[in-house]
Amino acid sequence: MEILVCIKRVPDPSENEIEVNKDGTDIERDDFVYSVNEWDNYAVEEAIQIRDKVGGSVTVVSVGDEEAEEVVRREMAMGADKGILLSDDAFEGSDGKGIAAILTAEVKKGNYDLILTGAQADDGAGQVGGMLAAMLDWPFASLVNFIEVLDDNKIKVGREIAGGNQEMYEMDLPCVLSIQTGINEPRYVSIRGIRKVASLEIPVHTAGDLGISPKSVGKAGAKTKCLDYFVPELGDGARILEGSTDEIIDELIELLRAKGGIK
Amino acid sequence: MEAALISPAKATVFGIPAVIFSLIIPLVGVGIFTYIIALRLKPMVKGSPDPRLNRPADRFFKMIKYAVGQYRHPRYMDAGIIHIIIFSGFVILSLRSITLVMLGLSSGYVLPGMSGTSGQIYLVLKDFAETFVLFACLVALYRRIIVKPQRYAVPAKYGKEHTWEAVLVLLLIIGLVTCDMFFEGSQAGAEIQKGFKTKILVPMSGTWFAAHILSFLPVDTLQDLHVGAYFSHELIFFFFLCFLPLGKHFHVITSLPNVFFMKLDKGTVKPVKWGVEDEGLDELESFGVKKFEDFTWKHMLDFYSCADCGRCSDNCPAHAVGRPLSPRFISIKCRDYSFKKYPLTGMSENDRFLIGNVLEEDEIWSCTTCGACEQECPLFIEYIDKIVDLRRGLVDEGMVPQSLQKPLRAIEKRGNPYGKMEKKRADWTKDLPVDFNVKILGKKGAADTLYFVDSVTSYDDRIQEIGRAAARFLDAAGIDFGILGPAERDSGHEVKRFGEEMLFQDLRDRNTDAILNSGAKNIVTADPHTFNALKNDYKGIPPVEHISRTIIKAVTWGNIRFKPVEDPGKIYTYHDPCYLGRHNNLYDDPRNAIDAIPGIKRIEMEGHCRDRSFCCGGGGLMLFYEPIEEKRMGQVRVEMAKQAGANVMVTACPFCMLNIEDAIKTSGLEGEMEAIDLIELIERHMIID
Repeated sequence: MEILVCIKRVPDPSENEIEVNKDGTDIERDDFVYSVNEWDNYAVEEAIQIRDKVGGSVTVVSVGDEEAEEVVRREMAMGADKGILLSDDAFEGSDGKGIAAILTAEVKKGNYDLILTGAQADDGAGQVGGMLAAMLDWPFASLVNFIEVLDDNKIKVGREIAGGNQEMYEMDLPCVLSIQTGINEPRYVSIRGIRKVASLEIPVHTAGDLGISPKSVGKAGAKTKCLDYFVPELGDGARILEGSTDEIIDELIELLRAKGGIK
Repeated sequence: MEAALISPAKATVFGIPAVIFSLIIPLVGVGIFTYIIALRLKPMVKGSPDPRLNRPADRFFKMIKYAVGQYRHPRYMDAGIIHIIIFSGFVILSLRSITLVMLGLSSGYVLPGMSGTSGQIYLVLKDFAETFVLFACLVALYRRIIVKPQRYAVPAKYGKEHTWEAVLVLLLIIGLVTCDMFFEGSQAGAEIQKGFKTKILVPMSGTWFAAHILSFLPVDTLQDLHVGAYFSHELIFFFFLCFLPLGKHFHVITSLPNVFFMKLDKGTVKPVKWGVEDEGLDELESFGVKKFEDFTWKHMLDFYSCADCGRCSDNCPAHAVGRPLSPRFISIKCRDYSFKKYPLTGMSENDRFLIGNVLEEDEIWSCTTCGACEQECPLFIEYIDKIVDLRRGLVDEGMVPQSLQKPLRAIEKRGNPYGKMEKKRADWTKDLPVDFNVKILGKKGAADTLYFVDSVTSYDDRIQEIGRAAARFLDAAGIDFGILGPAERDSGHEVKRFGEEMLFQDLRDRNTDAILNSGAKNIVTADPHTFNALKNDYKGIPPVEHISRTIIKAVTWGNIRFKPVEDPGKIYTYHDPCYLGRHNNLYDDPRNAIDAIPGIKRIEMEGHCRDRSFCCGGGGLMLFYEPIEEKRMGQVRVEMAKQAGANVMVTACPFCMLNIEDAIKTSGLEGEMEAIDLIELIERHMIID
């Protein structure tokens, strides 16, 4: 089975302190460290497990600048067979639809049976998977937490729905699935693993290679525009406890007691 | 002179000259034994390299002290004394056994140099030895069958009881010594009857009893007994010889070499592969131990040498709190697997991944590398290096628990497991008084002493207080010091011990550069893990000392004086951090530092202090690991302090502080027990002029 996994390089919230910049148009990115989007990591792990079970190959693809190569390489260290970077100045500022259009062009160049994306990105809006499926006119399932390959043309897919319930679908291949965390336990990528793939070539495909008109993607082609970026004002009933950890804990316990949360 | 009885060499058995049996039995016995030993050596030859011939004099001395001198045995008094008696008996009786084998071929044989008085003395000595061994074996049988000490029990998940093996071997030994008693006793009995001069009979010895009881039997019966006892001894002896390499009694053969080839440098971790420099690591096909032959030959010898005495697991904190780890069964399971993989007959089975087939992932991650098992093992079996090698294999396969992946990634990106910003690494100094300036060494600042802070002290709210106490102490002691600040990375102590070697090397290289750039001439740290890393894992950096040593120096030179203890009613006890005590032998400095405070009352957690300290739960990455366990190690430790009658636990390690404070809370002992770091205690009591 030929599997394509779409991944994204994002600032990991657990390793960064997110602050809005002075203009309020973006977050402070100076001291950021980046990693692969957490959901995508699960998607790659799932793809590798499927490949190890039924054969085929796993390709990872990312839309981004040359620095995104780092995450493509990391997922190759994890076990993906091929990596592709989609990079062009024209891609900069793309909205979800733009990214989906770029990925669609890449998918059409290949011969994939299954496309996996993360359910969402730490800094995203959870749009790309669905749009990609629509543009390809392929079936789509979101928030997938179970995959079983039935035969060359069919898979069984599980989704977690509200209240912890589970639903199961049978889907035709090729299709697009957006993967929820918890579907598996992604393997660890060691420094040695990354070094082993350091010299592997990762082809870069530009707008020209993909046959995309620069005007249809990037800032020019974006149908949405970010107006503002801010930390919401404290509303009524919300409070941020301040002080040392111990003081915060004491106050929290006090509050919970007072409101009847604990006895 | 006419002999009282016909010697085995001249006797006939069922009409056949007995000398034929005397020849065949040893030949067959030695043949089978040689075959089994060759088989046991097979995996060792395939195993990884492990140079163990350096410092031969040191090795020889340690072998004499620990293997021949049985130095560690009395740590378990009962079993220890029994073992020392049986062992000394074996040493003495080995000559007797050789003599006996030869006696079957040539009557009246004596070993070279044993013909005169020395031979007489030896025979007396061996009569004593046989009697003592017999007695010790009977006591050992009683312990095994009636007393059944808990540490010998085999939990169901590890298979069946091993008691039969111990009992069988005790019976074999009893058989050996009693056969000789009957062999000699029948001879002496016949001599008494015929009025001949007997050999020297040691009163109350087994041979003495045998001689006097048997002297009432007819000479014909004594003749049968004489030859019968001889060949029984012969058969038991060669059966025993071939039985040794089939189980835990292999240690009879392997213990001397195993102790000789022991790991000499505590606190260190073996390289990924001996003989491969750091630069060559990228070329290696695979990392760590994945299949049995990935172990080094010495680690295989360890498995063969395990005597199944259970002392390691009896002291293992992970085992004590119900984690799925028992060092004893790491050895036993691997030994059994190697015996299965290299069977006495038939083909050896294919390579299998050890994890999942012989060992479990959780078992390998459960170890805090506290070293209690290695400290106890009378045979110096190593566990930490094996655990680290197995973890290296797991890391290489990507099999790392999710709970550890995040902190490892954060260390890779940010240089600390919390994912905090590098530029905030020195923020802990901000809460010092305004006029207290901690220098950042490097381009701007210079100082003789570098205080290496490390991640937990830099970022953890509670532990930052230890950092500030250390800074105030260093200042008060008149030591010109500074820190690396944002240039410092995690020392990588646990990164290395959790098997992520390449990440460790990256951290080490960055820190080494920063340390050398700082221009400092010496390094001090208040974290034993950091201390151990800088001392044993780093190369080419200035000398490093733990702050407990710095305190002692400051007190000795009169740079620091103390006021009387603040709370004379409190009873203090010192908890030895593993990486200060067991791994680096620093037991007295912290105790002396505490005792330097006038009026302080300090007691020991008897039986659980110094090299028998009980790990608090582990440091570094171990704080992030979510083990399967019944209770926390810290809770057990706090209970020990309470039992000892203490109400303040002094430790000298930030991780001990976190684990112990946590344990005090989860044990509901707040108000009854408190924890303080040594440097905090010192800082609180020092007189500032």
